[in-house]
Amino acid sequence: MTFQNPDLAKLVFGRLTLGDIPYDEPILVYTFIGVAIGAIVLLGLITYYHKWGYLWREWFTSVDHKKIGIMYIVLAMVMLLRGFSDALMMRAQQAIAFGPHEGYLPAAHYDQVFTAHGTIMIFFVAMPFITGLINFVMPLQIGSRDVAFPFLNNFSFWMTVSGALLVMTSLFIGVFARTGWLAYPPLSELPTSPDSGVDYWIWGLQVAGVGTTLSGINMIATIVKMRAPGMTMMKMPIFTWTALLANVLIVAAFPVLTATLALLALDRYAGTHFFTNDLGGNYMMYVNLIWVWGHPEVYILVLPAFGVYSEVTSTFSRKRLFGYASMVYATVVIAVLSYLVWLHHFFTMGSGASVNSFFGITTMIISIPTGAKIFNWMFTMYRGRIVYDVPMLWVVAFIVTFVIGGMTGVLLAVPPADFELHNSLFLIAHFHNVIIGGVLFGMFAGVNYWFPKAFGFRLDAFWGKVSFWFWVVGFYFAFMPLYWLGLMGVTRRLRHFDDPSLKIWFEVAAFGAVLIFIGIAAMIVQIAVSIIRREQLRDTTGDPWHGRTLEWSTSSPPPPYNFAFTPKVYDIDTWWEMKRHHWRRPVEGFLPIHMPKNTGTGVYLAALSFIFGFAMVWYMWPLAIISFVALLAVAIHHTFNYNRDYYIPADEVARTEAVRAGA
Amino acid sequence: MSMKTLRGLLLLALPMALSGCHTVLMSPNGDVALQQRNLIIISFVLMLLIVVPVLIATLVFAWRYRESNQKAAYDPDWDHSTIIELMIWSAPLLIIIALGAITWVSTHKLDPYRPLDRVSAGKVVPADVKPLEVDVVALDWKWLFIYPEQNLAVVNELAAPVDRPIHFNLTASTVMNSFFVPSLAGQIYAMPGMQTTLQAVMNKPGDYWGFSANYSGAGFSYMNFVFKGMSEDDFNKWVAKAKASGDALDQATYTKLEAPSQKDPVHYYGSVTPGLYQAILNRCVQPGPSCMNMLRMSQPDSGGGEAAASPDSHAAMPMAHPQ
Repeated sequence: MTFQNPDLAKLVFGRLTLGDIPYDEPILVYTFIGVAIGAIVLLGLITYYHKWGYLWREWFTSVDHKKIGIMYIVLAMVMLLRGFSDALMMRAQQAIAFGPHEGYLPAAHYDQVFTAHGTIMIFFVAMPFITGLINFVMPLQIGSRDVAFPFLNNFSFWMTVSGALLVMTSLFIGVFARTGWLAYPPLSELPTSPDSGVDYWIWGLQVAGVGTTLSGINMIATIVKMRAPGMTMMKMPIFTWTALLANVLIVAAFPVLTATLALLALDRYAGTHFFTNDLGGNYMMYVNLIWVWGHPEVYILVLPAFGVYSEVTSTFSRKRLFGYASMVYATVVIAVLSYLVWLHHFFTMGSGASVNSFFGITTMIISIPTGAKIFNWMFTMYRGRIVYDVPMLWVVAFIVTFVIGGMTGVLLAVPPADFELHNSLFLIAHFHNVIIGGVLFGMFAGVNYWFPKAFGFRLDAFWGKVSFWFWVVGFYFAFMPLYWLGLMGVTRRLRHFDDPSLKIWFEVAAFGAVLIFIGIAAMIVQIAVSIIRREQLRDTTGDPWHGRTLEWSTSSPPPPYNFAFTPKVYDIDTWWEMKRHHWRRPVEGFLPIHMPKNTGTGVYLAALSFIFGFAMVWYMWPLAIISFVALLAVAIHHTFNYNRDYYIPADEVARTEAVRAGA
Repeated sequence: MSMKTLRGLLLLALPMALSGCHTVLMSPNGDVALQQRNLIIISFVLMLLIVVPVLIATLVFAWRYRESNQKAAYDPDWDHSTIIELMIWSAPLLIIIALGAITWVSTHKLDPYRPLDRVSAGKVVPADVKPLEVDVVALDWKWLFIYPEQNLAVVNELAAPVDRPIHFNLTASTVMNSFFVPSLAGQIYAMPGMQTTLQAVMNKPGDYWGFSANYSGAGFSYMNFVFKGMSEDDFNKWVAKAKASGDALDQATYTKLEAPSQKDPVHYYGSVTPGLYQAILNRCVQPGPSCMNMLRMSQPDSGGGEAAASPDSHAAMPMAHPQ
């Protein structure tokens, strides 16, 4: 720093110095150069084609749930690339760091990599995927024109982006946490983690968490209040049911995370002793609290994926979903039970046998409704006419993979067995088995299924299948060896090994990761090829898969107002029934449609939150205060914005509907 | 579950166990780990009862009802069958009832706090044998084992006679760790200011791998030690060797030892200041504020520092529960 007055520099920049820029770490420098070049090319292209105005007006400030949903999924896919790069680095390190070879990542770097991998994959890949799909699909499924609070939706999205940006910033300014993705104290307390890492983690998650919680409230309100007439709770599409329960879980669980992170932040910033070793702190409380959020979190992720499987299985089996009611009850039971199992994440912390047994048995009980769901999908296929388009392939791969993952999960729920398997690679294999095989496969099925609805053309099936096979085979190569390594007594988060007999299994796992890499590449190719071939893949019917629920009754992409007339619902498979009764789309008698207006406030608020988070990480107190006051000012100012809605005139609706009729 | 069905299940699992004979979890040499292994196998086989049919049926249905197979029945409106619904809820329920019962019993039987009643199958602990006491301290990033009866301490090496129960008390200096010797018994956390307990026994002489199973910072990967299962004679020789070391573990040497370090060699301390482990547990090795246990008991006469290290002091936040 070249400031004359060092105190002024300290006041402005807090503890941030030039030394915090990792220009001496080749991997990070190359990454930065790569990212910078990519960003410059992207921004340059947008500027060259004069797309800034379009992006700002039509996307960034949009309050349309469909566009917000798409932006969430774009965020998830971009962050998947980052999270997966971390995975490749770990696999490479573990495949070579044996005996005298220390591998290529020092502990200071490797420990950030596995922490970032977990954090990013859960908070910024799986969560945006889920929220994005729910955003796009659910309002269409319930025959609504938008979500209950359209502005809040846009704001929630940008808060998630801000959180993701904070975590990404740690790559090039300062460091990320080296604590594992849940940052257990006392390791994450100031004495053992004094640098910026844990603070990036805290503020990244706090900022994103605001978005997630608000989005949860929004989705619940939408499902409860905005269903089309006739759609009673027990006539809701199953995906909407799972979306409802996932969001109930979000609203009940995320405040716990927010409070826990706030307490940890107080420990680190204000010198309190909630989770410290001394002066009455108790870090075991943190472990309990974080899992009171953490276990429902996995059901937040997997329930909507279950919803996708239900929709896809029924559609591609050309058959009603088997056991709709038991599917609903199973989902509710899972949602309730998900709050009664958190202790199974730390049977080894020394609880008594009765406590451990209780939580072990509640955990096993969850496998009953989950098992019922698997059977329901099976019997949906039974006596169906199964069409193996890409989404359905993902379903079959899911059932097989998830059953294996569920089984190893129940095994881990037996406390004495867990004493041997806890924290081992067996555990790692288990939760990747259910999160990749359950959540991610579901998201891929969902993206392939609803893509034509969003863009009016299908995703290329050939590249979709290439991606599918590389992903699925790659998954088995990458994670089955980890089960085995777990049985060999190998624990997680190690960056070096002495026993050479382990090496071959790590190499097989690394090979699996390469296959998954090809699978991801094929996915990108699939999207590119589909855009190029969009005219051949065009769907003009709005219903390319012979769908069963209301979203397929609109055009693809749907008009901003979704439905010119609010549909009436008589059956679970409304659209299927409407088609069966030769329903005709009304072509006249349109009325003006009341719509919410776009606003940039969400972007401004999220940008200020990012600045606030960054200032807090680096102890830049004046900036933190200014940005926080600005945050409040902008939020209050927005409440005086009365220019927030408009009407689409009836003749414009008529024109839009006529275009579709002509197509 | 009767012994007969249990044996049947184990027999079923034999191929699996055999194929896994070189994985430590499937072929442990300590009785507790062995019982945990059996539990893993029993649970696994029990679940296969339902998992295998599900996998087969899924693949069969997925193939049989493909679109191109026009011979297969097609019933687009069939969406309910009370019998099937009953079955799909009750079949997993039955398995879970069985597994739940096994869980309840085995969790109590294999509770790490419960004193062992057998050294191996069919061999009860003789009435006159008292467990070997070992106090374990997880440091950054090495293990300290204190033998209070023998009055010695070792860094990164743990020895015990075979077929004699071992009673571990565990704590840590700064962060959470997990004490794990897979061949001996399941793991348990070692945590600062807390005490956990593990009861175990080794049945076969040999060198076994031990390590921390909970990430604890930069030196975590090297937080390994060798567990030596020994005959009674060899153990006595080992004790003599350790005692021969002139180094004493007192407050000053412990303070030095406690500082973070990696890849520490094995080191013996021929004597240990009495009450050191209690002082570590109560976080008052350094003179200063009162020990945690003293704070808690708020005895007016309690001083700081070593004062808390009286043998009758209890862990600050004892994890122990009444047995």
